[in-house]
Amino acid sequence: MDTVTNAPPLVHLEKVSKTFSNGTAAIAGLDLELRCGSFTSLLGPSGCGKSTALRMIAGLTAPSTGSVTWDRGRPELGFVFQEPTLMPWRTVWGNVFLPLRLAGLTRAQAEPRIADALARVGLTGFERSYPRQLSGGMKMRVSIARALVTHPSLLLMDEPFAALDEITRSRLNDDLLSVWAAQRLTIGFVTHSVFESVFLSDRILVMAARPGRVVADIAIDAPYPRTEAFRTSEVYNHHCRIVSKALKDAMGGQHDH
Amino acid sequence: MTTDRAKLVQAALPILVGLLFLAGWEAFVRIEQIPVYILPGPIRIAERLWEDWDTLSDSLLVTLGVTFAALAAAVIGGGGLAILFAQSKWIEASLFPFAVILQVTPIVAIAPLILIYVPNTELALLICAWIVAFFPILSNTTLGLNSTDPNFLDLMQLYRAKRWQTLWYLRIPNAMPYFLGGLKIAGGLSLIGAVVAEFAAGTATAGTGLAYRILESSYRLDIPRMYAGLVLLSLTGILIFASFATLSWLILHRWHDSATRRER
Ligand SMILES: Nc1ncnc2c1ncn2[C@@H]1O[C@H](COP(=O)(O)OP(=O)(O)O)[C@@H](O)[C@H]1O
Ligand SMILES: [Mg+2]
Repeated sequence: MDTVTNAPPLVHLEKVSKTFSNGTAAIAGLDLELRCGSFTSLLGPSGCGKSTALRMIAGLTAPSTGSVTWDRGRPELGFVFQEPTLMPWRTVWGNVFLPLRLAGLTRAQAEPRIADALARVGLTGFERSYPRQLSGGMKMRVSIARALVTHPSLLLMDEPFAALDEITRSRLNDDLLSVWAAQRLTIGFVTHSVFESVFLSDRILVMAARPGRVVADIAIDAPYPRTEAFRTSEVYNHHCRIVSKALKDAMGGQHDH
Repeated sequence: MTTDRAKLVQAALPILVGLLFLAGWEAFVRIEQIPVYILPGPIRIAERLWEDWDTLSDSLLVTLGVTFAALAAAVIGGGGLAILFAQSKWIEASLFPFAVILQVTPIVAIAPLILIYVPNTELALLICAWIVAFFPILSNTTLGLNSTDPNFLDLMQLYRAKRWQTLWYLRIPNAMPYFLGGLKIAGGLSLIGAVVAEFAAGTATAGTGLAYRILESSYRLDIPRMYAGLVLLSLTGILIFASFATLSWLILHRWHDSATRRER
């Protein structure tokens, strides 16, 4: 996977810090970059500033100091929140339509793109359902379809599967990888699960807390497509051990989760 | 099946209680031979309602006209002001206290003044009804517009939504259940406001609303007619509440927790 490690950066954060108005120093001295086409995970204990870092990339939060630089201009972005964040008064179709509607597209113009986005997350046939009629996993699929419908070249995801059960989660992991492979997306993925990050990513940035910063940069050089067999392979276990160790070091040697 | 039957029983019970109450009332009046000018029985009241239906129904229409005109004005005024409040904290902070003052001052106390200053009685009645009806709509809608999930606001910012788009696609639908809750309260209050103002106006100008008919009957000691007017007013209030409850269900049942049935 040298192609990815050598790919040019899409966005990089330099000496970024973020202090909230209540005095919380969430992040300090953060350097990171997302390379074009890579699947990069931000892994770290809860409260270490993963969400803040992702939100700064998305432009939802401004850094206190430092810079967020887009080497070739800010591309179209997709963002998936930890909660599905679906409007309960809109159908599945209406929720996926929202970003296009905001951009001024008509229903007719949007229709093929919505159908395509829903097909990619396996939700064809659920267009007219309301969010409350869907399971947690399906809601998250709608949320992903909404993020994909604008054809973003960068998809940011903030612990999207944390609230899902193990089976649903691994199925969504598989589907996310197929979407990524089909689209040549760049993905920035926040998680606190070692296993999830190793299975999905080609690169993991381990973060430490107080203040939040990157303390380890680990390449997962295992080929894609990654299947069920990969989950039980020696390569996978090997990387899980390395990443676990890095995470423990990041947490200052505390061995409690 | 059993739940259907339980529901039927649940609906039948209050009707049964009501009928028993009416029967007891009628029996009491007859056995004790209470004179009709003190307490008429329900049958006498129904007869009076029937005899005077032409006058009473005309008056009902007048009262309904004032009620709904005031309610419409309250929806526009209260909803519009709430949207204005949502635009800026400063506007809200500087105007909301006055809305509260308007609300907490008893309408019976203000009505005579309004009747003096506004020469057109019908318009004066409308203003009184509007004053009581608009506050629940304003305060509920303001709450609804402000209680937007911050994640949705992030979403709108991410897609560079314009201000009006955030209002139209997010804040207003989000406020809908709150607004409809306010509307249900305002419907009843608007009727009360119209009636109270009519009572206040009663002596001064000749109104022809239902409240005026009740007042008129009391001068003539026509107690059955007073009750007949009262019955019409309560029925109207119930009908207004029921129609807004239905409207609310129609709009919300597909998505809002308050209107969705939980399947077990
Ligand atoms: N809006 C905010 N205001 C104040 N403090 C915040 C805010 N958002 C996050 N924080 C604080 O910043 C730190 C990092 O938060 P966050 O980025 O959410 O961490 P993570 O996503 O890794 O769990 C935490 O200590 C959190 O309490
Ligand atoms: Mg977080």
